[in-house]
Amino acid sequence: MRCSYACNSPDHLLSRRQFLGNLGAGLGAAAGLGAGFAGFTAPAVSAELARNQRQVLVIWLAGGASQLETWDPKPKTDTGGPFRSIETSVPGIRISELLPKTAMQMHRLALLRSINTHEDDHGKGHYLMHTGRAQTPAAVYPHLGSVMARWLGDERNPLPGYIHITPGGGGKGSSEAAFLGPKYNPLYLGNGQAPANTADDPGLSPLGASGRQAVRMHLSDRFARRRRTAETEAYTTTYEQALKLMTRRDVFDVTKEPAADLERYGSHDFGRHCLLARRLLEAGTTFVQVTHSNYDTHNENFDFHLEQVGEFDQAFASLIDDLAARGLLQHTLVVVMSEFGRTPRINYLYGRDHWSKAWSICLAGAGIAPGNVVGKTNANGTEVVDREVGGGHLFHTYLRAVGLDPTESFEADGRVIQLADPAASAIDELLA
Amino acid sequence: MAAEPEKTHIARELKHGQPLITCRFDPTGRFVFASSEDETIQRWDLQAAPSADPAHPKAVSFEGHNGWVYAVAITPDGQTLLSGSSDGQLAWWPAVEEVPRPLRMVSAHRGWLRSLAVRPDGKQAASCGNDAKVRLWSLDDGTCELELPGHSRPVYRVAYTPDGTSLLSADLLGLIIQWDVRSGKEARRFDAAKLHLYERGQAVDYGGVRDLALSHDGAHLAASGLINASNPLGAVSNPAVLIFDWNTGELKKLQHPKEDIKGVAWAVRFHPDGFAILASGGTGGGFLWFTRPAEDHEFFRFQLPNTVRDLDLHPDGIHIATAHHDGIVRLCAMKAKG
Repeated sequence: MRCSYACNSPDHLLSRRQFLGNLGAGLGAAAGLGAGFAGFTAPAVSAELARNQRQVLVIWLAGGASQLETWDPKPKTDTGGPFRSIETSVPGIRISELLPKTAMQMHRLALLRSINTHEDDHGKGHYLMHTGRAQTPAAVYPHLGSVMARWLGDERNPLPGYIHITPGGGGKGSSEAAFLGPKYNPLYLGNGQAPANTADDPGLSPLGASGRQAVRMHLSDRFARRRRTAETEAYTTTYEQALKLMTRRDVFDVTKEPAADLERYGSHDFGRHCLLARRLLEAGTTFVQVTHSNYDTHNENFDFHLEQVGEFDQAFASLIDDLAARGLLQHTLVVVMSEFGRTPRINYLYGRDHWSKAWSICLAGAGIAPGNVVGKTNANGTEVVDREVGGGHLFHTYLRAVGLDPTESFEADGRVIQLADPAASAIDELLA
Repeated sequence: MAAEPEKTHIARELKHGQPLITCRFDPTGRFVFASSEDETIQRWDLQAAPSADPAHPKAVSFEGHNGWVYAVAITPDGQTLLSGSSDGQLAWWPAVEEVPRPLRMVSAHRGWLRSLAVRPDGKQAASCGNDAKVRLWSLDDGTCELELPGHSRPVYRVAYTPDGTSLLSADLLGLIIQWDVRSGKEARRFDAAKLHLYERGQAVDYGGVRDLALSHDGAHLAASGLINASNPLGAVSNPAVLIFDWNTGELKKLQHPKEDIKGVAWAVRFHPDGFAILASGGTGGGFLWFTRPAEDHEFFRFQLPNTVRDLDLHPDGIHIATAHHDGIVRLCAMKAKG
């Protein structure tokens, strides 16, 4: 693999979302050119793409969900809190009572209960869990979504390879793709809304739009022949991606889903966003991330987890059930993670604080051995006592699960870089 | 003896050692009960001779719940203790037994039971929980007599009116409903939504009515909680209490401390002399503060050495019990030392 021109300079850190956000309304008329992509946008082709691709869904529980109120409950201990554990569809595996619907999907899920990431800072934990490497000033590594979009994505797909559904008004506009180049940055769907300025402009005729696009392409090609850079390529790619997107704008419209599905996923933003994720995965998007906010419960941890995990449980269990029923789960890796867990010790505010020493994530789908628990913490959850792993191990495991070789290297900026941290390795017990 | 709030001081400490949640005096004033995160209820006999170790006075432990005990109530005759836990169980106990065992356990709520109240005639109890339900129970046989629908979110508090004809229930959203306990019909609503916030950035509901109290003269209803929750997950809020005119239902005052003290007003009681006593706890520390219904702020505030989670007023009108995270019940006296 080679990325001979991508660099890491701020000049090249133009995200796809930023570009889309700057699109003039005139671009909308270019949707009239959609006939040129028609062969790529037909549902049958999307389905074919989906069958051949590996896809990834990450549910990001922002702020750091409590492992004790989700995947690794410790009832009747000094750290257990007020909630009980419940049986699941896999005999012997118990999870928090806040997850009754998810418990019925346990035969499709795997739990990793032995994570020690040694990082209690939100930003650094976020980086570590998305890149599989500790954050240092020396280098910036691409996030999981960008890596998956780069190595699993299909250029024929009219949808961006990395779509991030956020609960608020949009994303950070940061360069998650790093040296992979801005074309692998995420497209943010703020509050699950379709990208701005992607609707047709009723004031521009198809012929006018076609002519304008032809002129733009001519000028762009001439410019690129002499000054091809990651940035110019990103502009071209993103422009073309935007045109494709306009032909599939309906993909972002969850109201096209049956009302019964909307109700089943929950009458809240996260339910709607998970339904949108299903829609995007069905349309062949390589990597979809859905962020659920917020779990940073220093105060009244139990009331807030009751509220948040309740929303999560309903939407997540419905999504897993649907992905399985529709044949998508077998080729879609699903990961539920946070930047860290929460302290076993309950503080004076009924809260739990940041805790990276012993926490859990949940996985499912492509390449994952289902109905499985790997790793173990001690009786009150303060330490890992079996199969301790870190963020690097997780990144290796995700790549292996979707059929990529995490030890493969490529060159960027004259440096040879291994896809995943050379100091770590995959967690074989999680893999099918 | 008249209470002198400005002379409030800590008169005694009763140490359990595990974080406490709630506390109640029995109607005779002989005992104080406190529930704990360790799933027990502790009972101290305030008339017992001092133990050999004053720091650890002997307590009787009530053990049988399988969850944190969030609610404790005692019948008017002082003989029966009711308790409710985070697994939704409602328990009946012999309140004064030396080795208490549950007389009856009932699955009262799906999930967390948050509050209990006993009707003044001692024949009925009310419970509420995170399942948004309010239920009325026969104290004689433990059967559910009525379920009162009306709340859509977790119900945090229930309280009977002194005449026992009405029940008040209050929830996370700040909705207070007055019920006719005989018919089960809704009589009226009070709007305490000022104590609730939906924080859009964190996407969380926060606040709600944490406690209710009726003044002894029947003129005022107090609903305690919090305001200014700019960072609910980080415990950035101020304690507050709403004072309603009981007859008209009109909100008369929103009271909060004069200074920017962070925390939640977890509990409120009216004193027979007409002033209210509030317990607030949080990042700003633990406080008792004393307000008069017509005023905006407290006329006196007393800082406690640890955050407070509940309070109760002794029948003598002088002593206040507070439950603390450090595992201690503190008995404060509203009178001069000595």
